Amino acid sequence: MSGGSDSIRTPLARARGLGSARDGVGRWVALRVSAVANVFLIVWFVWFTLNAVGADYIQFSYHLGHPFNAVAMILFTMSAFWHAAIGMREIIEDYVECEALRIGALIMLYMIIFALGVTCIFSVLKIAALYGFNG
Amino acid sequence: MTTAPVKTVSAKDRSRPLSPHLQIYRPQITSVLSITHRMTGLALSIGIVFFVWWLIAAAAGPESYALFLAFCGSGFGQFLLFGWSLCLFYHLASGIRHLFWDVGHFLDLKGAYVTGYLVLAFTVLATAALWGWVWCVR
Repeated sequence: MSGGSDSIRTPLARARGLGSARDGVGRWVALRVSAVANVFLIVWFVWFTLNAVGADYIQFSYHLGHPFNAVAMILFTMSAFWHAAIGMREIIEDYVECEALRIGALIMLYMIIFALGVTCIFSVLKIAALYGFNG
Repeated sequence: MTTAPVKTVSAKDRSRPLSPHLQIYRPQITSVLSITHRMTGLALSIGIVFFVWWLIAAAAGPESYALFLAFCGSGFGQFLLFGWSLCLFYHLASGIRHLFWDVGHFLDLKGAYVTGYLVLAFTVLATAALWGWVWCVR
């Protein structure tokens, strides 16, 4: 019979896909990389929010419209939302037993994350276009 | 020899009782901080909706933004924001603790306990500092 790394497994076990998933390191890395990025971005976000407290609409728009803040806000949105998506995915995978519900929930999760994320980026770009340096 | 088809049995199908776990295992800083890390992550993910509302309100115009500010200033809004910031600082500190573990530091019992208490201290101090500034100084 053919050798290779699976030589001690029966053909039936291989066909059923039993054993390790042999996949998932990318997600592990993405969670950590987004976590490290979040550490820096959260420092900025707290500073940004404290400056926004008590600001009226025009002040806030110029605050967010500043290119540095607009870019940081978009980066924060992307990193935090991706990190949240991975974390929520792990929670759904751990606790939803019914396979149909689990797959449905995962699909809904990614749809919601992307819908909210793109909405945030669109909002920031709109404000930056109107209240940026040359807006 | 033919094998019977594999049939998985969920916990609900059992007629045999489960061994006690949660009701008998004493809560410790290791397990409690771990589940709290997950719960704060969940809470932060839900609270993201608030963040999205903030940006939408700002993009939509002064009236929408005024409505958003009014909600933030309300008692319920302040309560939600306080809770979200508490979760954020906890998850941030606990996350950094996880990153140290990922590179191999503080995995011994003493390291886990010391860093655990540091996480709790940071959470309380950072939240107190932030809201002390917001409510008292500003």
